Amino acid sequence: MSAKQILNVENLQKTYGDADKPLKVVDQLSFSLQAGECYGLLGPNGAGKTTTIKLCLGLTAPDSGNITLAGYHVPQQARLARMRVGVVPQGDNLDPDFTVEENLIVYSRYFGMTREQINARLVWLLEFSRLESKRTARISELSGGMKRRLTLARALVNDPDIIFMDEPTTGLDPQARHLIWEGLKALLAQGKTIFLTTHFMDEAERLCDRLAVIDHGKLIAEGSPRDLIAEHIESQVIEVYGDQAKAWGDKSGKLAQRVETSGETLFCYTENVETLLQSLAHEEGLRYLHRPANLEDVFLKLTGREMRD
Amino acid sequence: MSATSYTLPTLSMRFAPVWQRNFLVWKKLAVASVIGNIAEPLITLIAFGYGLGSLIKEINGIPYIEYLASGSICMSVMMAASFEALYSAFSRMHVQKTWETLMYTPLTLDDIVLAEMLWAASKSLISGVAILIVLFMLGIGLHPTTLLVPPLLFLIGMTFASIALICNALAKAYDFFTYYFTLFLTPMIFLSGVYYPNQQLPQWLSQVASFLPLSTAVDLVRPLLLGQTPEHAVEKLVILMAYCALGFYVATLLTRKRFSK
Repeated sequence: MSAKQILNVENLQKTYGDADKPLKVVDQLSFSLQAGECYGLLGPNGAGKTTTIKLCLGLTAPDSGNITLAGYHVPQQARLARMRVGVVPQGDNLDPDFTVEENLIVYSRYFGMTREQINARLVWLLEFSRLESKRTARISELSGGMKRRLTLARALVNDPDIIFMDEPTTGLDPQARHLIWEGLKALLAQGKTIFLTTHFMDEAERLCDRLAVIDHGKLIAEGSPRDLIAEHIESQVIEVYGDQAKAWGDKSGKLAQRVETSGETLFCYTENVETLLQSLAHEEGLRYLHRPANLEDVFLKLTGREMRD
Repeated sequence: MSATSYTLPTLSMRFAPVWQRNFLVWKKLAVASVIGNIAEPLITLIAFGYGLGSLIKEINGIPYIEYLASGSICMSVMMAASFEALYSAFSRMHVQKTWETLMYTPLTLDDIVLAEMLWAASKSLISGVAILIVLFMLGIGLHPTTLLVPPLLFLIGMTFASIALICNALAKAYDFFTYYFTLFLTPMIFLSGVYYPNQQLPQWLSQVASFLPLSTAVDLVRPLLLGQTPEHAVEKLVILMAYCALGFYVATLLTRKRFSK
């Protein structure tokens, strides 16, 4: 492990369930995070993202494999490793019995911080999360976005080197999401490392230096958002909608390099759009959208379009 | 479940901030909580003590109200510790997900179970001491030996909190605790010499009952409140501590198992 690696995972394996019906949740997973980068873990529901995070934090023991976090072996030295880590969990499990400020103070004690140490940090934390005016408010008085910001501030009480975030902006409105993203960018600018899972491809594309796509517990692709798009998919997409879409596709779909169907929509992937656009221009009753390929296209190509529960 | 799951709990002082967290929450509602804790035993004491006491007068030479007072203080400590380690701990573990948050910090499950156990015991001690003060005002227990009662009440609280945390680790919902109260705690109250002496029971039952944790607790507390020395004190203390240690160990094992899923 090089000095700049803050999290290193090698051949991680985790199986749940009975011995006669084992379910491989994490299957020979290897990846590593460089200090200061934002690394995203993408995957459909049940792909093993949350289990991977739990394993990395030492909350559950792997069947086999090695994890090194912030210089400590996990799960053996997980307590020491977690001193250097902040966690933003999927749901807001703030303490409903306490005010905003009390939530931060009480949480800091779990890290063994003294009152002086937390007082020195409190002003910055409230400012960072833009909750200065809500210092003495109860949790039930906060909006969804405020709760998320407080959960983020709580993860920063111990001034961690690396922050784990499990779907940091799920359920937030666009304003609240942008505010969280700004916060995360500020943290990256300070040299913090961020390890996040997300369902939002725009979030991953915007924030992550590198991404891993996992499915059925296996790593199926890794790289920068731009490289993943270049490597795995044609550069242009035309989406064709409407009743006539299927008929048009049967006739002219072969002009695209690859066509995917989702309900009544055709997704035509190609490097060369001219002939497709010409063909579409002569069709009546068709609506279409031409756009560059994005991370969502890569994700759907790699993990398939069928529903996951 | 892997072999390492059976390791003894690792105890560290890291539990202290979790205890403190629960204390801070309690402090916000302390007055209501203490009144609730005193009211129930006080009503029992007055209703049975004076009602039944006017008929029974005394048991083994002890005025009935004093006999009942020492039983009901143990019962109240047991109930307070059990409620806290069941309903309140379950809320923090399962409903509010407070325990999950704690595990993102340098704390381990063992620390959390230890904190919950000691907190439930502390809370039960608070109500025990409050009842003790009421007893003093009724002129009961005004002896130097009573000084040994609060530490003993704390041990009794620890014991019942530990046993209750086993039930907490197994619970799927709050409903589960009804069984614990109706099938375990309530019968134990009637077998442990709270309202009447164990000797009234059939001999075999009386012998079995004398090893119950509540019965052991009552046997230790009652003489002290009367200004006497308990018989077989060391033996009974060992029984109580064994229930406590074993209960706590099983509670940590089952809690680890619950969270390994």
